[in-house]
Amino acid sequence: MNVPEKLKYTTDHEWVKVEGNVGTIGITEYAQGELGDIVFVDIPEDLSEITSGESFGTIEAVKTVSDMYAPVTGKVVEINSSLADEPQKINSDPYGEGWIVKVEINDLSALDELLSPEAYKELIGQ
Amino acid sequence: MKKTNFFDIHQKLGAKIIDFAGYQMPVMYLSMIEEHKTVRHSVGVFDVSHMGEVFVRGERALDFVQHITINDASKLTDGRVQYSAMCYPEGGIVDDLLVYKIADDEFMLVINASNIEKDFYWMKDNNQFGVDLVNESDEFSLLAVQGPFAKDTIQKICDKNLDLEYYYFFNAKVAGVDMIVSRTGYTGELGYELYFKGDQKIAEKVWNAIFEAGESYGIKPIGLGARDTLRLEMGYCLYGNDIDQNTNPLEAGLGWITKLKKEEFIGRDAILKVKENGLNRKLTAMISDQKAFPRPGYEISASGKVIGKITSGTVSPILEKPIALGYVDKDYSDEGSKVNFVIRGKEIPAEVVKLPFVKK
Repeated sequence: MNVPEKLKYTTDHEWVKVEGNVGTIGITEYAQGELGDIVFVDIPEDLSEITSGESFGTIEAVKTVSDMYAPVTGKVVEINSSLADEPQKINSDPYGEGWIVKVEINDLSALDELLSPEAYKELIGQ
Repeated sequence: MKKTNFFDIHQKLGAKIIDFAGYQMPVMYLSMIEEHKTVRHSVGVFDVSHMGEVFVRGERALDFVQHITINDASKLTDGRVQYSAMCYPEGGIVDDLLVYKIADDEFMLVINASNIEKDFYWMKDNNQFGVDLVNESDEFSLLAVQGPFAKDTIQKICDKNLDLEYYYFFNAKVAGVDMIVSRTGYTGELGYELYFKGDQKIAEKVWNAIFEAGESYGIKPIGLGARDTLRLEMGYCLYGNDIDQNTNPLEAGLGWITKLKKEEFIGRDAILKVKENGLNRKLTAMISDQKAFPRPGYEISASGKVIGKITSGTVSPILEKPIALGYVDKDYSDEGSKVNFVIRGKEIPAEVVKLPFVKK
């Protein structure tokens, strides 16, 4: 199971990649595997801000629906609009083309609360 | 947790395994959508060994089956299968099942894995006929081979000519192993269900022979996830979702197997009363054009009020649209009726349609 070194993780299986003060957020390879074929990503059109620990949208797979929880608090700067037509990118490339949302992180020190790759690997039993 | 004789194979194939009805079963191998399409367009193999098989043996076997099931088993000739159900005296459903007539004094009842214990007790409690009831669920392996190329696949390794009609069965050797070959399934496709005994070695021999025979058709293993989307596209009921002890067969759309003209069976009086009084709600098929997916338990609304609840819902891999079954107030259950799925507080427009969702 791929758990990239440079990312931070949540116990709800989201990842965040930090460049400057911008965080790119997605779900982990483990999460997409558990969900199976993803058929729809439901993010409110007017989403302007996300709050750490709170749901910012849902992912629909064939068998199940799952909330996505924000790993950090911040202003939304971009939503991956290509997922509207190709939600399966989250299955095929969860850390790349399957990214979900980009935010300006309010407080970079809050990242310390998130899981390291090692801690996340332990969480998923690796 | 129990394992079927194919568990090692599932693991080797990298299946995602879930606990289902006390068994560790494959829910998907790689992709539910691909598996679904394989069954619609080619041929796929399901391990459904978790299903239950109860044998009814004795002089009064037919009397017992007639008493405990709602369909008319007296219409069966040897080698025929019938879809049926068992009901409580109050009219609720104990389980839906397949009735196999082997001989006048021998029937096989195939029941849902999650209900094996409950059903077997129910049968024993209602055996005033002196029949022998034997639960052979643990001895049987069951593979469902389904899809347009199912016949071509099995014919290559079957010692008999496979011209079975729908809902007929016979005993034959497949891959050299004695088994019941039944032209039944839960997918809406041409297909066969293979019931056989024996250890893991025998089970794996049969599995491998089927995959070798089907290789040129692109045969694939299919998990329980695609089994569910396939049956839902056809509108087949799933016990625990669409039917249970709180639903009667008439409102579930199972009037066609409810033979009220039969003199006596458990639940008959209650179901007759339901028929006289008329139905308040019906199991209804709905489809939407929106990208939002109905799930079991979600409410259905119309004219600003709640008029029902979803019992099964998913995205149809063939139609690429959300489809659902749910109990709907009879005023809104006619074909063409406009309703809404209530999904996370939003009303998503949907329409009542006739089953099956996917026309064959």
